[in-house]
Amino acid sequence: MPFIPHTADDIRAMLAAIGVAAIDDLFDEIPAALRGGGLAGVPPGVNEMEITRLMYERAERDGRWLNFIGAGAYEHHIPAAVWQLATRGEFYTSYTPYQAEASQGTLQVLYEYQSMMASLTAMDVTNASLYEGASALAEAVLMAVRIHKSARRVLMPATVNPAYRNVTRALVRHQGIELVEVPYCTECGHVIPAALNAYAGKEYAALVIPQTNFFGVLEPADELTAWAKANGVLVIAVANPIALAILRPPGEWGAGGADIVVGDGQPLGAPLSSGGPYFGFMGCRVSHVRQMPGRIAGRTVDVDGRTGYTLTLQAREQHIRRSRATSNICTNQGLMVTAATIYMALLGPDGLARVAQTCHANALKLVQQLTALPGVKRRFSGAVFHECVLQLSAPVADVLHALKAQGILGGLALTQDYPELGDALLVCATETKHDADLERYRENLQRILGRRFRPAPCALKPSL
Amino acid sequence: MLIFELSRPGRRNPSQAPRPAPGLNAIPEGWQRKSRPRLPEVSELDAVRHYTNLSRRNFSIDTHFYPLGSCTMKYNPRACNHLAMLPQFLARHPRAPADTGQGFLTCLFELQEMLKEVTGMAAVSLAPMAGAQGEFTGVAMIRAYHMARGDGARTEILVPDAAHGTNPASAVMCGYSVREIPTDAEGNVELAALRAAVGPRTAGLMLTNPSTLGVFERTILDMEKIVHDAGGLLYYDGANLNAILGRVKPADMGFDVMHLNLHKTFATPHGGGGPGAGPVGAAARLQPYLPLPLIVRDGDNYRLADEADLPQSIGRLSAHAGNAGVLLRAYVYARLLGREGLQRVGEFATLNANYLMSELRKAGFEVAFPTRRASHEFSVTLKTLREETGVTAMDVAKRLLDKGFHAPTTYFPLLVAECLLIEPTETESKQTLDAFVQAMREILEEAHREPQLVKSAPHTTPVRRLDEVKAARELDLAWNPA
Amino acid sequence: MTTPANLKYTKSHEWVKQEADGTVTIGITHHAQEMLGDLVFVETPAVGRKLKQGEQCAVAESVKAAGDVYAPLSGEVVAANAELADAPEKINADAYAAWMYRLKPDHPGELAGLLDAAEYQAIADAEKH
Repeated sequence: MPFIPHTADDIRAMLAAIGVAAIDDLFDEIPAALRGGGLAGVPPGVNEMEITRLMYERAERDGRWLNFIGAGAYEHHIPAAVWQLATRGEFYTSYTPYQAEASQGTLQVLYEYQSMMASLTAMDVTNASLYEGASALAEAVLMAVRIHKSARRVLMPATVNPAYRNVTRALVRHQGIELVEVPYCTECGHVIPAALNAYAGKEYAALVIPQTNFFGVLEPADELTAWAKANGVLVIAVANPIALAILRPPGEWGAGGADIVVGDGQPLGAPLSSGGPYFGFMGCRVSHVRQMPGRIAGRTVDVDGRTGYTLTLQAREQHIRRSRATSNICTNQGLMVTAATIYMALLGPDGLARVAQTCHANALKLVQQLTALPGVKRRFSGAVFHECVLQLSAPVADVLHALKAQGILGGLALTQDYPELGDALLVCATETKHDADLERYRENLQRILGRRFRPAPCALKPSL
Repeated sequence: MLIFELSRPGRRNPSQAPRPAPGLNAIPEGWQRKSRPRLPEVSELDAVRHYTNLSRRNFSIDTHFYPLGSCTMKYNPRACNHLAMLPQFLARHPRAPADTGQGFLTCLFELQEMLKEVTGMAAVSLAPMAGAQGEFTGVAMIRAYHMARGDGARTEILVPDAAHGTNPASAVMCGYSVREIPTDAEGNVELAALRAAVGPRTAGLMLTNPSTLGVFERTILDMEKIVHDAGGLLYYDGANLNAILGRVKPADMGFDVMHLNLHKTFATPHGGGGPGAGPVGAAARLQPYLPLPLIVRDGDNYRLADEADLPQSIGRLSAHAGNAGVLLRAYVYARLLGREGLQRVGEFATLNANYLMSELRKAGFEVAFPTRRASHEFSVTLKTLREETGVTAMDVAKRLLDKGFHAPTTYFPLLVAECLLIEPTETESKQTLDAFVQAMREILEEAHREPQLVKSAPHTTPVRRLDEVKAARELDLAWNPA
Repeated sequence: MTTPANLKYTKSHEWVKQEADGTVTIGITHHAQEMLGDLVFVETPAVGRKLKQGEQCAVAESVKAAGDVYAPLSGEVVAANAELADAPEKINADAYAAWMYRLKPDHPGELAGLLDAAEYQAIADAEKH
């Protein structure tokens, strides 16, 4: 049996030691009616050679594509050392570091990670990860409501990733928390600070500010933060960690900066992998740390005065606080955080800045080239990081379909989430794109749109 | 030494950063970052050496026997990792169209089908990212079911007092109040107390079976009847599924909804704390409420179901499709084991636990429920040892590290005094179990002869016992050079 | 440590001292701090907050547990011990000297329903694990 090492002799000896005749006897406390039945619906086992062949076939069937989709998951180069180290058995198969003396490797990695993220976001403390960005935003909303103590409404701009808004709603509505949508300006692509005047005088626990927003556009975060502070509203920032290398971080926003920062750490060393595993990061001011969910590693000393690391503030967590816990979270995304820490160590501040600058430059180049084509316009006037919304003169779905036929994933159609924008396409270019890639996109898009501008030949055959 | 302390200003890794090239820059001046993030400046060799050495300060399944009760630390087959990380699987964007991911979606659909068979449930969603998220999902589905029937008076979720903390925490996240049901001296939920607790306010009961105490809830069919007759639903916490995998199906026990922990039962890696996956299974009446996305078949093709397919879904739990890479690993594991292999898991997990329990009893340890069979795990109480020698469960756990074993779970379940919850899993050999028993025998002897040796353990780990009080009182959560 | 005879107690391990001015001072018992272990953090209720009898109003947190502290009587919080913010260990050192908060009771009659030293001692003894 795969991975079961017992020989017939072992089994005999063990049954004798226990004092039963057969393994079946060990199940005698289970009502007979419940036992057996078998797993007829599961195929017979295969060996490693067979499953390897099958998986290679399936992977080859999926193939590789020239990818220009962003929308919350970003393609970046991951140095080879990251996953070679992260998949060492000592990292890969170790458990949550509850026994600190047996887990100093993991705990020190977490401490280093927390230090790096705290600095990147310019917040006092961060936790050791949540599941991913969307549910991290939900946890931030719950945290803000706990801190605020009276309001159960949160202001959520429509420029926040729609998937994040959906997930947050699914996770918080059972606790009677209402998400109030803040509109955006369809010309510039971000929230207008003056629009917040509509909310003055009512009680809100928090205002969510994405930077950059789902359209790739920079929000006027200083003015939005100032409004929030003036109105007793906490600020939850949603950030892209690569962008933070070159953008002013949430802890340094106006009026004292954000109170809570969340986002998805996927760009830091997690492959796209059809959507997971990624990891959510969360940071806050030290005065709120006891309200922050998730595990946290802290530095201390052992009985000999040696520096060591341990999980701390565990009294907030489910295994101690149970129904009064800050969250039900137990398992987190530890391995992804290990990878992210190694990634950030290999890149350093300058390498990360170079990645961010190259993404930004490539995106601008792509937009410049594509908007030079008739039928393609930049939709929003706001400044962008590495994503941009393009307005097309042809149905977006058709254009994407035609690009796909050329091996290109041209971006994300916004027709479903933002119907008011018509044929709008969200394109992204990271540091992984060469000039040749941009040119391939441009020439194919030109050809596809060109076909559409030609007057349709008279294709109707006269009926006889 | 922290990675930051190895840093030297100006040290760079040119092969890791994109080539410098004059590029466009349209970030407004006021938004350009002025403060320098405190990230390390080390060479690639420094980083590789540092993290390699850090890894060697860890215990792990690959290096040590790890009998952590309720965690199911079984061998994580290497093939699962290798195949889940094939370049095409890694490169696929979550928003790429379904026809660019049929290979991937086929694997996930087949996993759904196998989990349906293993659990006996009518439908499965792979969306939840961990057991706790699975629990939240299940309770939210129960809530949706009652609300759809207009039964808004059901405001209570019942849990055994021995339940894992995520149970009550998840119930509260769904807006419920929690009522605890006591456990009897045999380790089972008190039937009379359950009968008294159910009523028109009962939304449901959350149960683990075998329970968190490591024993099978023998009266499960009675409990099922009590709760269902009162109009409540039954939630199965799949944390202990390894004990009955292939032998008993949760659906047959009467559960309406459940979660599995793939990072336990299906051998996906624990990774120092995660990522896991907590798929949920539902009986027919709860199927409409499953979280999105599910994988559905349209003729010969697979795609992700959305709101149009499942309008009553409780919603989405993550921006994409859950921990996809973890699901691929579980798929490979399930295929490697297949029908016969999965059927053997419960048998051998139970054999190993009962063998270990009987050997430890012979060595002089006190088992918490001596008249009961072990499931895949069992509890030992060191209450008498503490009274006689002052040595506690914590001390024994730390001394085991010196002997080259990771400690079992300590102080859970809360109901057993000075508790060690021990789960060997089916992938350990008799030799390993015997070596563990020998180590425990030695510790018992040390506790009587030289208790200070045990009380001051561990002695051989990279650090000795850590001052956790200092860690909580003088918070040092990020490196901040003065 | 003997349970002081001049105080009143609750089942949830709070002690209550009647002051001359009609207010009551509240803390947690020696037994409670012993069960919790070394305290790392204490949260006291805000001055001015109105509490109902039995309402959870404070927390005493150790490394391994977070103990909820309840209001033994209904009333308004008139003072909270600021020293505990920096030195929660004062409760471990002397649980009866390290008070947590002070209440002006709404219904002094509720005092009669509290436990006396002997009744509380019996509960504490039964709980010793």
